[in-house]
Amino acid sequence: MTTITPTSERSSFVWLFFDTLAVTKRHILKITRVPESLFFSLIQPVMFVLLFAFVFGGAINVGPGGAQSYREYLIPGIFAQTVMFATAGITVAISYDAQLGIMDRFRSLPMSPGAVLGGHTLANLVQNILVLVVLSITGFAVGWRIHGSIADAATAYVLMGLFAYAVTWIGAWVGLKMPNPEVASTAGLAWLFPLTFASNIFTPVSTMPGWLQPIALWNPVSCIALSARKLFGNPTPGLGSTFPETHTVLLTFIYAVAIIAIFAPLAVRAFKQNSSGGKA
Amino acid sequence: MTKAIVASGLTKHFGDVKALNGIDLEVEQGTVVGLLGPNGSGKTTTVRILSTLLKADSGSATVGGIDVASHPDDVRKVIGLTGQYAAVDNYLTGRENLELFGRLFHLSKSEAKVRAAELLERFDLEDAADRGIKGYSGGMRRRLDLAASLIGNPSVLFLDEPTTGLDPRSRQGMWDVIEGLVAEGTTVLLTTQYLEEADQLASRIVVLDHGSVIAQGTSDELKNQVGGDRIELIVTHSEDLARAEETLKPLASGATVVEEAIRKVLAPVSGGSRAIVDAVRRLDEANIDIADIALRRPTLDDVFLSLTGHVAEDAEVGPKKPGRRGGRGGKK
Repeated sequence: MTTITPTSERSSFVWLFFDTLAVTKRHILKITRVPESLFFSLIQPVMFVLLFAFVFGGAINVGPGGAQSYREYLIPGIFAQTVMFATAGITVAISYDAQLGIMDRFRSLPMSPGAVLGGHTLANLVQNILVLVVLSITGFAVGWRIHGSIADAATAYVLMGLFAYAVTWIGAWVGLKMPNPEVASTAGLAWLFPLTFASNIFTPVSTMPGWLQPIALWNPVSCIALSARKLFGNPTPGLGSTFPETHTVLLTFIYAVAIIAIFAPLAVRAFKQNSSGGKA
Repeated sequence: MTKAIVASGLTKHFGDVKALNGIDLEVEQGTVVGLLGPNGSGKTTTVRILSTLLKADSGSATVGGIDVASHPDDVRKVIGLTGQYAAVDNYLTGRENLELFGRLFHLSKSEAKVRAAELLERFDLEDAADRGIKGYSGGMRRRLDLAASLIGNPSVLFLDEPTTGLDPRSRQGMWDVIEGLVAEGTTVLLTTQYLEEADQLASRIVVLDHGSVIAQGTSDELKNQVGGDRIELIVTHSEDLARAEETLKPLASGATVVEEAIRKVLAPVSGGSRAIVDAVRRLDEANIDIADIALRRPTLDDVFLSLTGHVAEDAEVGPKKPGRRGGRGGKK
């Protein structure tokens, strides 16, 4: 029998890094074991692109280019929608971990408490990046083009990655707060629908009723979509001069950082307190 | 002897439900203590507090001499926990699971590999080591789960209903493994609903009901508390019942009981096997036909029934289980 000597000399920050990597590896392995799950997480946004581009696209007018300019308008919106809905997956996955007792096992180990969620969110980011790549290719196939500079395009992708990573922390927090995976799968979508659709992702804010416009303008989902449209050089019909329309990229960045700053500690705290077993 | 686990006055509420009502508990190093009680009696809550998963409302506890409330991280370095669910990742192989938990226990990469291989061999999982555990049997999953809780070579092991849902053969296998660990000096706190399991594994038994300790002692002490041996006699002819009872009365140390429907007479006795020889002789002299006679020791079921007024497996009794996690993934 080997003698067990946990090497504790490393600082807690270093352990957070190593433990997060170990948990991320778990989730990446999982993706390779169930490729179907990755496949369907790719298929869904692709279907959205095709549906909106060809079925609804003709009815929504965003400019002189007709259907073509709507497709260019649409793709950044789909990017935003996709990274938002990817959070529902993490909500359910975390709830299953809690129900199956795996969270308890993690919590009974002398590991870094932030690493379980760190690993979950990081693996989700990897999956999101894959999805963004596939979506970009699909978008290209239906006529979406990048008109801006390479640097701007790169900024758009980095910003989308950061935003995607930020919102998964909301999903993680919701997952920890829900009593079981069944509820989590409903709750994980419940907050997404209003937030995602009261935005400019499919239609310009200027077409909405007056009371809704400021909400939609300041909505972080609108901001990430508008940021991407601006950086890719895609149509931005009805662009006004309010702060979220003039400082969109900055605001999106602030939103992403703020979401992480609020929800990462909330989620880690929920993880630490979460006594998911609860059986007496 | 040193105490591996000491708890005093632990209380815990879940909303309106009082789950623990002031639990005192001591476990000597290198021994097995069984926490016995029906659902909702506070067994799991006690284990969750001692294994740092839950904070008590009041009271204090140390594990391995370390305070669970103030130094949970240090406690986690010396404990292993196996819950009611096989807490392993279904999509990973057995080896990957163990290596993951080893890494998270902060073993080096090579140590985690060696330790995983050791445990797979010890728990007879070598052949299945590199298969996804989706295909494992219930017994194999529990063994892997137990192996995972041993990854850090813990000195104190918490086993929360380790054999619930297992078939008799797998259960016996788990018992052998647990006995082996104790022989090596591991301290075990075990919760169970199976009286037989507590009887088999635990050197001391603590009986919980409604969040309080209602009795404790060795299995024999608890049985003696209920009463000593009893003679169970079944007569061939029901007309002999009254005479049989009269014949056994002089031997009985307490009140005799007659169950007419099954032609049975119960007589508490002291003196063990002498009493039954006596009884047979007297019945023979009285010309009573014996269908069956036996000297029966009280079982822990009798103990439980007499202490709580209900049987151990009675899930309806006691407060509703608090907290989350519905029925799914539970006892199968």
